[in-house]
Amino acid sequence: MSATVSIPTILRTHTGGEKQVKADGSTLQEVITDLEANHPGIKDRLVTDGALHRFVNVYVNDEDVRFAGGLDAQVPDGGTVTILPAVAGGR
Amino acid sequence: MTSKLFGVLVIRADLVEQMVAHARRDHPREACGQLLGPEESDRPERYVPMTNADDSDAQGSDYRFDSKEQLRVHREAMERDEEPVVVFHSHTRVPRRPLTDTGLPEAYPSVKDIEYMGLQPGVHFAIVALTGPDAEPDLRSFLLDDAGEVVEDEIQVVENYMFSHTGAGDVPDRD
Repeated sequence: MSATVSIPTILRTHTGGEKQVKADGSTLQEVITDLEANHPGIKDRLVTDGALHRFVNVYVNDEDVRFAGGLDAQVPDGGTVTILPAVAGGR
Repeated sequence: MTSKLFGVLVIRADLVEQMVAHARRDHPREACGQLLGPEESDRPERYVPMTNADDSDAQGSDYRFDSKEQLRVHREAMERDEEPVVVFHSHTRVPRRPLTDTGLPEAYPSVKDIEYMGLQPGVHFAIVALTGPDAEPDLRSFLLDDAGEVVEDEIQVVENYMFSHTGAGDVPDRD
């Protein structure tokens, strides 16, 4: 079970500058564990206290996983995981 | 034709007008959007208004890009070899932690703004402060330096980029 993971600029220091990398896993949790094995340090940028960090948006194919199971979201074989910085602020 | 000057934002007048118009339209809610340009160019070419999906405050005094819309715009940008050059939002209310005692909105990043700015190094964050929908806009732009300190951009508004000299080796295109 392999997915293509799209990496945002700020995390490319962990992937040697690569915009896209491959990772194995059938859930987002497993994909992130596999990412960490090959790109150490990346997990801490995505996950805090066992949940996705509020500073990142993670999508499996077209779904924002916040609304699709979080770290338990299923990742289909050949699927795409996209990581984007959350864009927010306030007065 | 890459010519990046840290702390300088060169921007076309029509893009400024689009940001200000969006801020007026959405007032008193905060408006947000992004200016996309060719990768590594530091040159904003088109304004994409974004839906403010923040629901932490019924008055709309915070902002958050709608995440699905952000994904759609991101994919379109990747196909066109574009990236966000500027993230824009408006300030319409007195800051939670004001820097001045004017009692007016400030075109300066809030603590929350700065937190999120750290996620996009090299991206300019433009803020339009509006005291009312028809008020004179105050546009300022900021980014974070390598130490995470807020740096204000010098904004150069130009009619087009062809004759704007943003650095050495910047040669106007010729037919």
